[in-house]
Amino acid sequence: MSDVAKTIEALWKIESTRLIAAIARVTHDIGIAEELAHDALVTALEVWPEEGIPDNPGAWLMKAAKRRAIDSLRRGRMLVQKHVEIGRELEWQQQRLGDAFEHSLDQVIDDDVLRLIFTACHPVLAVEGRIALTLRLIGGLTTAEIARAFLVPEKTLGQRISRAKKTLSEAQVPFETPSGDELRCRVESVLMVVYLIFNEGYTATSGDEWMRAALSEEGLRLGRMLGQLLPGESELHALVALMELQASRNAARRGKNGEAVLLPDQDRSLWDYAQIQRGMTALEQAQRLGGGAKPYALQAAIAACHMRARTAEETDWYRIVLLYDALLQINPSPIVALNRAVAVGMLQGPAAGLDALDAAATLAGDSELAGYHLFPSVRGDLLMKMGRLCEAREEIQRAIAMTKNLREQELLANRLKQLEKAAF
Amino acid sequence: MRFMMILIPRGYESAAPDALPSAEAAAKMMDYNMSLQKAGVLLALDGILPPSAGARISYSDGKVTVTDGPFAEAKEAIGGYWIIQVRSREEAIEWFRRAPMSNNDVVEVRQIFEMPEFPEDVQKARKASSTGTS
Repeated sequence: MSDVAKTIEALWKIESTRLIAAIARVTHDIGIAEELAHDALVTALEVWPEEGIPDNPGAWLMKAAKRRAIDSLRRGRMLVQKHVEIGRELEWQQQRLGDAFEHSLDQVIDDDVLRLIFTACHPVLAVEGRIALTLRLIGGLTTAEIARAFLVPEKTLGQRISRAKKTLSEAQVPFETPSGDELRCRVESVLMVVYLIFNEGYTATSGDEWMRAALSEEGLRLGRMLGQLLPGESELHALVALMELQASRNAARRGKNGEAVLLPDQDRSLWDYAQIQRGMTALEQAQRLGGGAKPYALQAAIAACHMRARTAEETDWYRIVLLYDALLQINPSPIVALNRAVAVGMLQGPAAGLDALDAAATLAGDSELAGYHLFPSVRGDLLMKMGRLCEAREEIQRAIAMTKNLREQELLANRLKQLEKAAF
Repeated sequence: MRFMMILIPRGYESAAPDALPSAEAAAKMMDYNMSLQKAGVLLALDGILPPSAGARISYSDGKVTVTDGPFAEAKEAIGGYWIIQVRSREEAIEWFRRAPMSNNDVVEVRQIFEMPEFPEDVQKARKASSTGTS
């Protein structure tokens, strides 16, 4: 890639969100807004290598998008706003559109960006559509980059994005920031999408290393950005805290052969203490806003307990169990119960952990989660600590059969080896 | 990837210990910093006092010498830094192309070393000397 092309790519990542958001204020349709913004980019790619990069690239792109909008209108390809009366003079529409763009150009406001995020994460969309649209419109990622990150063919991803845009358009989703009761569930959707993006990068063990790191960094960036746009939402700060605290362990999570290293075995000197500090600050902010007992804040508080311990032995399991108890109250999920069982096992010994695990398994019942490999894996660990080695071996073998993840299999196979060395 | 953007203001090497930017310059800089924050790319930033308020500690032949600032031989001095997390060197540069700098100021772009980039023996040494693991 030439230097100019690289610079244009960088500028796109910086400018595209605000550009699309400002255009969408005029068009009220994020699909059309993105196309216009993209057309402007294509023009830039033609013009800038010849004429040089303008001093204010954002304003240049906005002007180019405006020209394209008026062109499309002239050719009758674009319906401006759905509530514009049919039969109005085209010229008037053009004038109006021009003015609206001029206005939008002058003041791209943060609210536009917020509206864009809320629209991309709208619950009318399938979750995977929300993720793809968010990465594309707010992350400035190309379809190819998103496809690479999610290990799907570019064509599939492209279809996913157009389907999402079509759904928004058909459902006539307004380009606005929700208010009142609706705000809560819409914020929840945004939080979920951001955390899923982060986690895709953080936990996936296959696929492109570089792209995965980019995804978790993008999740964090989105979180920080939202924390600025909605400073009063405690759960946004809590989510940022959770992501910062998890990401701060990155350098310690892989051994030198790429194998997974679990929390108790990590070299804590490799943790990023500046990042831990950022996470702690975000968590304090969430707590100051009165959201200390909400789900992300509790999860962040649990992560914070781990990060405060200088050695695995110093971990405050008592506090962690309490936090899991609180989390279980608001979110009685088998996964939370499973994690709680691990903490109970650490605090009160493996027998108590096993009881807690039975309760978690009951909660899972016949659901899909009953087939989750961590159930037998944790059970195997607890049994091993109790010296019930035959049963432990069976559980670990079951766990291996239940996961398709190679790194997990590797980890479990190692544990099986240790177990067999100790017992047989 | 993370970058440290190092601010080298013109004439800062000989600035008075209590030199302060003008209210106008400070306001512009705050707006700019806010734009970095709103984009979610800013991790940290600080402004630092001029060398006349600082000191240099130099090490040679096992001897340590402390010299109070200002430093007659210095041609330039750091006035502050930002740490940003962006996706490319180009993005870092583009962010700072629009920073509200004064005439002849300089911002130096430096990528931050990530731990996994260190050779294995360095990592081992780091591990051995660490107090966090015992």
